[in-house]
Amino acid sequence: MIKDMLKLFFINKKAFAGLIILSLFILMALFAPMIAPYGPKQNENDGEKFPLMASPSSEHILGTTNAGYDLYSQLIYGSRVTLFVGILTGLITTFISLSVGLFSGYLRGTVDDVISFVNNVFLVIPSLPLVIVIASYIPMRGVLPIILVLALTGWAWGSRVVRAQVLTIGEREFIKVAEVMGEKTVIIVFREILPNIISLVMAIFFTSTIAAIIGEATLEFIGLGNISTVTWGTMLFWAQNNAALLLDAWWWFLPPGLFIGILGTSFALMNFAIDEISNPKIRKR
Amino acid sequence: MGDIILKLQNLEAGYIIKQGDIKAVDNVNFELKRGEFLGIAGESGCGKSTLAYTIMGLLEDNGRIFNGEILYQDKDLTSMTENELKAIRWQNISMVFQSAMNALNPVMKIGNQLIDTILSHKKDFTKRDAINKSKEMLKLVDITEDRMNAFPHQLSGGMKQRVMIAMAMILEPDIIIMDEPTTALDVVVQRTIIDKISDLRKQFNFSVIFITHDLSLLVEISDKLIIMYSGQIIESGLANKVYNNPLHPYTKGLMNSFPSLTGKLQDFGGIPGKPPNFLKLPGGCRFHTRCPMKQDICSKVAPPLQQINNDHTARCHFVKKGN
Amino acid sequence: MKYVLRKFFWFFFALYIAVTINFILPRLMPGDPASVLVNKLQGVEEGSMEAIRAAFGIDTDKSILAQYGDYLINILKGDLGISISNYPYKVWDVLSKALPWTIGLMGIATLFSFIIGTFIGIVVAWKRKTKVANSVLGIFLFIRSFPYFWLGLILVYFFAFKKPLFPLGGAYSIGVFRGDGLPFIKSVIYHGILPGLTIAISSMGYWMLTIRNNMINVLAEDYIIVARAKGLPLTQIMNKYAARNAILPSVSGFAMALGFIIGGSLLTEMVFSYPGIGFMLYQAVQQQDYPLIQAIFLFIAIAVMTANFLSDIVIMLLDPRVRDGGKK
Ligand SMILES: Nc1ncnc2c1ncn2[C@@H]1O[C@H](COP(=O)(O)OP(=O)(O)OP(=O)(O)O)[C@@H](O)[C@H]1O
Ligand SMILES: [Mg+2]
Repeated sequence: MIKDMLKLFFINKKAFAGLIILSLFILMALFAPMIAPYGPKQNENDGEKFPLMASPSSEHILGTTNAGYDLYSQLIYGSRVTLFVGILTGLITTFISLSVGLFSGYLRGTVDDVISFVNNVFLVIPSLPLVIVIASYIPMRGVLPIILVLALTGWAWGSRVVRAQVLTIGEREFIKVAEVMGEKTVIIVFREILPNIISLVMAIFFTSTIAAIIGEATLEFIGLGNISTVTWGTMLFWAQNNAALLLDAWWWFLPPGLFIGILGTSFALMNFAIDEISNPKIRKR
Repeated sequence: MGDIILKLQNLEAGYIIKQGDIKAVDNVNFELKRGEFLGIAGESGCGKSTLAYTIMGLLEDNGRIFNGEILYQDKDLTSMTENELKAIRWQNISMVFQSAMNALNPVMKIGNQLIDTILSHKKDFTKRDAINKSKEMLKLVDITEDRMNAFPHQLSGGMKQRVMIAMAMILEPDIIIMDEPTTALDVVVQRTIIDKISDLRKQFNFSVIFITHDLSLLVEISDKLIIMYSGQIIESGLANKVYNNPLHPYTKGLMNSFPSLTGKLQDFGGIPGKPPNFLKLPGGCRFHTRCPMKQDICSKVAPPLQQINNDHTARCHFVKKGN
Repeated sequence: MKYVLRKFFWFFFALYIAVTINFILPRLMPGDPASVLVNKLQGVEEGSMEAIRAAFGIDTDKSILAQYGDYLINILKGDLGISISNYPYKVWDVLSKALPWTIGLMGIATLFSFIIGTFIGIVVAWKRKTKVANSVLGIFLFIRSFPYFWLGLILVYFFAFKKPLFPLGGAYSIGVFRGDGLPFIKSVIYHGILPGLTIAISSMGYWMLTIRNNMINVLAEDYIIVARAKGLPLTQIMNKYAARNAILPSVSGFAMALGFIIGGSLLTEMVFSYPGIGFMLYQAVQQQDYPLIQAIFLFIAIAVMTANFLSDIVIMLLDPRVRDGGKK
């Protein structure tokens, strides 16, 4: 079943397009030192200082910042942290959603009541403001707090969806059979239930990764990230703080946002494809 | 029994999917007379619903009529435009759908769902008339008129199905197709609904095409029976003949079977194995992979549907005339 | 009625939890916000400190329970303390100046985007086999992948900077005053268009996709096939059968989405220097004005929970199954 899904995933045009875009970004991140002409924080070459606030030229394809950093190189290096934070946060969020949803849905009873309650509270607490509040308290500015804060505030939606799905699957014949045969809970959950919600899990991963990428950029944009690391979010922060817009320096704030959007789109495409593949109703009538 | 009102000729229909064409209705022929009760039985997936939807002109987007004619009072439904079909559908041929549970709009009162049916067809009806007619129909299926204001979730499964029957009858059609109308219900409720259908048919003289996977339901009330296997008719005839003297091994298998409530069991009654995949049909007789009487010829030559004696046909190499 | 009571109870309980989280957060945080506050508050007269003391645990001699009690009482009194960055103004005074702007801008933009997005979504689902529908879907999918604030930046860049059709920011022109009547209103509308558009465009995709998915699920339901078979006119099937059912999950998901939209709107305000609570939050974060940050968070939580409660009530009106307590 999982194999069939993967096969369909590669046949589906949307999924394939998404996968290609994502791979390009990953390659960009991996080989950044080879692709980028300069380092992200390099403001001179062979003793020759880079111009400040330069517009695009043959030396600096996307111009330079007010500190003389090459924006094209920053854009390429920026993919590293952005991707890392996005995917890692997506994984952690999915993991939390999945474990909470699986056990709450499968165990039912009091455990489920308590978890569902907490879950519902988290659902109605608006997450971005909460993230901003928490991040504003944390003295350490960096990638780790961002990942933790985003993951801890982002799991509620996913676990609710998983729980609902597990509840319906739990009703099915084969789970009942496994229970009667005295299988351990853990085994039932992992061997019988998990494979049946694999497409849901993928959808949650894609969705939470998009949310994380946007969330990261947002936090950094308001200055709640580590502004000395180079990411697409901090690039936008510096652009905004140096009034790039009013200086008509589109090469500073346009490309990072565009890349965030395209990266997000690649996940959205895959997410969409999963939906198409796993929801037979989309094909109907 | 009256004149012929519906006649299927060489009907072939099914679905187009990426992997190929699924011919879920394969060269089906039959005639239906006014007031007649035709039972169609077969395993899950043999194409019964496809046949029903084809007659109604309601196939899904990927559904196609590949060949053949559906003659309703000598007019061919397959060559009609959607608008022409609309005039006949429900007005002359209506249907009770397989899943009564979901056939009613959950956010609309059932009264309104009956009324809108009338109003969209009978232009000379006032709202008052439609309400009265709806109440009258509900009464026919033993539902009190105060239920007009009920929402579907407030009714039991059996009641919902009776509402659907009332809805199918509301324009007084000549033919009602019933696609497993009782499958999801428990046995007692099944019985009352079937009795009800049989009563109403006598009273109003409409014809019924009754589809089921449970042959035992059909025996008492059908005039004629058709047994389908893998899209084809493999046996047909007067109900008592087919029942008392089943010719095809598949029918025999069906006879001594006690189908489960869902009809989804892999071993269908006494017949082991699964029906073939429509994309990989076996050569020769389609049933040979599961047939207890299988001979060499069965996997090589496809048997035709032959007239065995008056009003009794079968598709098997080993049933002979006068058998 | 039982349903309303249950929802009402849940509303208050969730509210209580949000208030409590607000109390716990500063105490859990590693940065010791209390001492930051003490530093910043030097010279502030004692009388106005009361609420802040309780909320942030500056009263180290009092037990935590006593602090919690004081905090709850202060909240009930509407006393959220003083704003550090706007000293000597009270948090509530600062907040109440910003609120109308946010509510007006966001309310109108969200309403528009809900209505238009839902409408587009219904049409896209209905015509999902057509190229046009698919491209519309694709465009929204694409837009949705961008951060709100960046879309705002782009709109400002193209429609305020490159082509000065609209102002760069603010809520009304300098030199126009509240008392001016019509010119003031005109100025407010003029300034609200770009930020409103940002919020509407970026949130529209959400509504559109939600209703589209619901519609596709509903269109495969048997009652739609029955409605078609019954020969109902297309508009009737679309409205009374399909859309009427498909809208239910959209409404019940409204509050959740609202939390998300509010987040985005905050950012939009920051980009447009729009004097609502988003921009205020931005400034408060820059200046570590914790009492103000906390109050803004609390306010947003209250807004979302109220919306949640209201959408529960609307669902009850729309869905007879919920009314009878059958379906959650
Ligand atoms: N939209 C579709 N696209 C492709 N194949 C389809 C479609 N709908 C049905 N089929 C296939 O056509 C065959 C006949 O289906 P049909 O629904 O007519 O069976 P049935 O006899 O009514 O079964 P049941 O007793 O389960 O209702 C099945 O193999 C089914 O998988
Ligand atoms: Mg069927």
